[in-house]
Amino acid sequence: MMSLYRRRRLGNQIVLGLSLTATAIGLGWLAVILGTLVYRGASGLSLAVFTQMTPPPGSDGGLLNPIVGSLIMTALAVAIGTPIGILAGTYMAEYGRFSRLAQIVRFINDILLSAPSIVVGLFVYEIMVAPMGHFSGFAGAVALAILVVPVVVRTTEDMLALVPKELREAATALGMPLAYVIGKVSYRAARAGIITGILLAVARISGETAPLLFTALNQQFYSANLNGPMASLPVVIFQFALSPYQEWQQLAWTGALIVTMAVLALSITARALASSRKTS
Amino acid sequence: MVDVALRGAPMSEPIAMSRARTLVRLRVTDSVFFQLTRGAAISVLIILGGVIVSLVSGSLPAIRTFGLNFLLNESWNPVTEKFGALPAIYGTLVTSLIAMLIAVPLGLLITLFLTELCPMWLRRPISIAIELLAGIPSIIYGIWGLFVFAPFLQVTLQQWLIDAFGPVPILSHLFAGPPYGIGMLTAGLILAIMVLPFITSISRDVFEAVPPVLKEAAYGLGCTTTEVVRYVVLPYTRVGVVGGVMLGLGRALGETMAVTFVIGNAHRISASVLAPGTTISATIANEFTEAVSDLYTASLIELGLILFVITFIVLAAARYMLMRIERRIG
Repeated sequence: MMSLYRRRRLGNQIVLGLSLTATAIGLGWLAVILGTLVYRGASGLSLAVFTQMTPPPGSDGGLLNPIVGSLIMTALAVAIGTPIGILAGTYMAEYGRFSRLAQIVRFINDILLSAPSIVVGLFVYEIMVAPMGHFSGFAGAVALAILVVPVVVRTTEDMLALVPKELREAATALGMPLAYVIGKVSYRAARAGIITGILLAVARISGETAPLLFTALNQQFYSANLNGPMASLPVVIFQFALSPYQEWQQLAWTGALIVTMAVLALSITARALASSRKTS
Repeated sequence: MVDVALRGAPMSEPIAMSRARTLVRLRVTDSVFFQLTRGAAISVLIILGGVIVSLVSGSLPAIRTFGLNFLLNESWNPVTEKFGALPAIYGTLVTSLIAMLIAVPLGLLITLFLTELCPMWLRRPISIAIELLAGIPSIIYGIWGLFVFAPFLQVTLQQWLIDAFGPVPILSHLFAGPPYGIGMLTAGLILAIMVLPFITSISRDVFEAVPPVLKEAAYGLGCTTTEVVRYVVLPYTRVGVVGGVMLGLGRALGETMAVTFVIGNAHRISASVLAPGTTISATIANEFTEAVSDLYTASLIELGLILFVITFIVLAAARYMLMRIERRIG
């Protein structure tokens, strides 16, 4: 009897010990990755990184053109993807919450949310790059926009669903048409949540490499021309990291540090915004 | 509505007319907004349809040339234009399998810690930290894997595996060969870290949805924490956990950049997990811009189509399961 009891207790302790170890592994891994990034990336961090172009092999330079390219394409992608996402989320939460269309869209949207981003790159290559005959920053932005849409749809729908229906009923009782109820009541109540969704979408796309590889390609020089190839931080990191040149590899690490910090700052801000809403 | 406005003010026609105009404007705005939102919702479906149609039409030359052989052929030769997807599919499945073998137990153990062991005030910071792992862009995993993780594995785990399993009959093939550092095992390990947050966050959500009464009853019978999780929590949340695992699997199958860095990009099938291989996504990422001939491009797009179909099925199954548990939890 005693031995059974002891065996169960021992088994329990082993599993609990393992779970502690597993958590330590997870946290340790995060620490190691961030630590490496800071260690290898920070040494290359200087003003020149933000003011100079990517160098030819074997000389010093910066990351100005990929940083600008990333900013332009991300901004454009958000400008294209966010309205579609918010409107679609609105339809699903406000108009057709239980309609068949909303159910199908919800299912498909959840799949698109995790669909491989490289396939999106192929898709945009097929519909934009191949017909136009050249790579372009605009195609890159469209590819990123396609990744923005599902994130924004999902968060918008979730956040609008949290708005108490009494608010809508009160507004409707005042004689407001539904569109105004949504615009003046639901959106305002869910604003923090919707902004969270947009921030999460920006965080998601600012590190994306795969969909840009064969849409925006790369560009060694400064270019704000959306109709031509455009450099972006992730693609430059990819190219420089796999190169044999010391300077390029250093720039890749520095770029990696910049991207990661930007992405983590965005997702932490988004989280803080979301939780401040929940408690209020 | 318009006649109501007119009836309300029979004496002063201008006011009535302006009221009527306002009502019409409101109604038009209302229906325009409705149509806009519906159109946006439909555009999500159009994106999916567009992806499928463009991938199919883009891969038609390859489908016509190779037919079903594309799936079964082992060679990938751009010079002679003989393409087969088997090595890439094999690599994709093997790396994802390795990733899941590690990430599932690890994720469940972390969930167990977060829901049963961890003091309340530590739960949020730890779960946020784990979720930050999902926020790190995949290219960062790639560069870290190539420069830090692979050299580390080369002299530690890989060497150890070769030494330890060298004399064992079957396992010696599984862990054969020189330690390259890069290879399918390294890719699988990195994928494991990348999908860990997805598994953890979903299983935490469903674990927390277990009615406390059930757990308390089991504890009241004298069950240990492990037994409560094993016999009460897990059976209750099985569908949700499996859904979370499938979601992670969907991610692992389609992950591109991290794998591209460390897989080694070799189009061959080796029994050893230490050998370099390739995956569907890594092949596309590496070769697409270099593909000169139409058949080459079409073959790569067909690879993309295969990847999309596989991940679509896995993700659809995941969503279906998660929907089922959501309905039950309510």
